[in-house]
Amino acid sequence: MTIHDYLYYIILPILSLSAVLVFIRFLLGPSLSDRVVALDLLITIGIGIISVYSIVTNQPTFLDIAMIFALIAFLGTVAFSYYLEKRKKNE
Amino acid sequence: MSDLIIGILASFGALFALLAGIGIIRMPDLYLRISVTTKAATLGIGLIMFAAGIYFNESSITTRVLAIIFFLFLTAPVGAHLIGRSSYFTGIDLWKKSKMDDLKGKYDVKSHSLKSDVKAMDKASEKSNQSE
Repeated sequence: MTIHDYLYYIILPILSLSAVLVFIRFLLGPSLSDRVVALDLLITIGIGIISVYSIVTNQPTFLDIAMIFALIAFLGTVAFSYYLEKRKKNE
Repeated sequence: MSDLIIGILASFGALFALLAGIGIIRMPDLYLRISVTTKAATLGIGLIMFAAGIYFNESSITTRVLAIIFFLFLTAPVGAHLIGRSSYFTGIDLWKKSKMDDLKGKYDVKSHSLKSDVKAMDKASEKSNQSE
């Protein structure tokens, strides 16, 4: 069993399973903050999936997309928390 | 040899990502879920990125991987603190079995500033009300 097979048949399904679990919380989440936290975690696990996929396909270019994902996740969390606080103040 | 190291690192990384996924389903409270997001997921994804850096074994890609890990470790606590603070203001309850709430009554409701002494804050607000 080469490292490619191991990553493709064992590591990627585990990461996909955890992404599905986080997505269940994203759908259930009783409050909006729960959904923001779940989205943040979903993008973080997406970075992991992209990096494993770049090993499997031997294409290091995908890591650039992972970097941009990390930037967008942080910006999204900051913007959501800012506007959640503003919304409460204005009510 | 490097295949073995990549396998071990990726296994631990996927394990921690799975633990984060189980934790965000099972945790009873928003604040506990935030702690899962910051700790388990950041460690897991950091290990997987290290595995990618070892696999490609090239200085430009290693620099890129280190930049992503540095950025993740820098932004995860900041984002978690921001979302926890704003959800505390929007009135999301703690878990009903949690013993104490250290921040209760210490935040000014209107200005959202933190004070350590509750009584002094009440007196100050009374004074300002009287002067008005």
